[in-house]
Amino acid sequence: MTIVWNDPVNLMSYVTYVFQTVFGYEREKAEKLMLDVHRKGKAVVSSGTREEMERDVQILHSYGLWATLQPDSVK
Amino acid sequence: MSSGFSSGKNGGVVAEFEAAEVSLLRSLASMMLGIVPPGETSDDPLERALGIGDSAAPTDPVLARLFPSAYEDEGDSTEFRRYTEATLRDGKRADAQTVHDTARAGRAELSAEEAQAWLRSLNDLRLTLGTKLDVTEEVHDEIAMMSEDDPRYPAYVTYDWLTYLQDSLVRALW
Repeated sequence: MTIVWNDPVNLMSYVTYVFQTVFGYEREKAEKLMLDVHRKGKAVVSSGTREEMERDVQILHSYGLWATLQPDSVK
Repeated sequence: MSSGFSSGKNGGVVAEFEAAEVSLLRSLASMMLGIVPPGETSDDPLERALGIGDSAAPTDPVLARLFPSAYEDEGDSTEFRRYTEATLRDGKRADAQTVHDTARAGRAELSAEEAQAWLRSLNDLRLTLGTKLDVTEEVHDEIAMMSEDDPRYPAYVTYDWLTYLQDSLVRALW
């Protein structure tokens, strides 16, 4: 799973826009994920193979989001 | 003239800045280039061609925030860093260079690609200042109550301005 963590710098509008741009999510879904990050401290933003998630994390880091990867076997 | 961004053609934006703001943006972009050195790749020509480089986690808080660890597991994180950080560093440098080279006084059109570089670089600058100033989500209110004589005031005002610019750019791109 690709996880994005809340931080005090990243703007709500920016985080929503990045989710739309990077994952092609509809604005509504991107906003819901952004609000989860903001209110719950983190959200799972994508899942897939390790290679796919590593690519996602790298792109999210290029946009300055605090993203980490959690292997599915570890809960 | 109010500074900021508005929607442009073909996914691009129109930027409007005053001369003093352009000077500030250029010096901030130069600062970014100083903070993020080029990705250090290995001496091995094949590894260098593949962007495989340094794997040590940064100890500097700003660099640690710009290049976070991808895994909880240190071994996995080191391996990920070895394959990605040099590319990420070069990307952040290229974005800062774009800001430096395309910041102009008056009205200027930015292509879709340049607008994305601006978006990422404004965020890198906010992360850098935000980490140095140790900001909270209430930073806007804190500035409102801060005395202009406070030595931290100029940096906080710059941070707040970058926040305004970034929000303006997101809205121009939406």
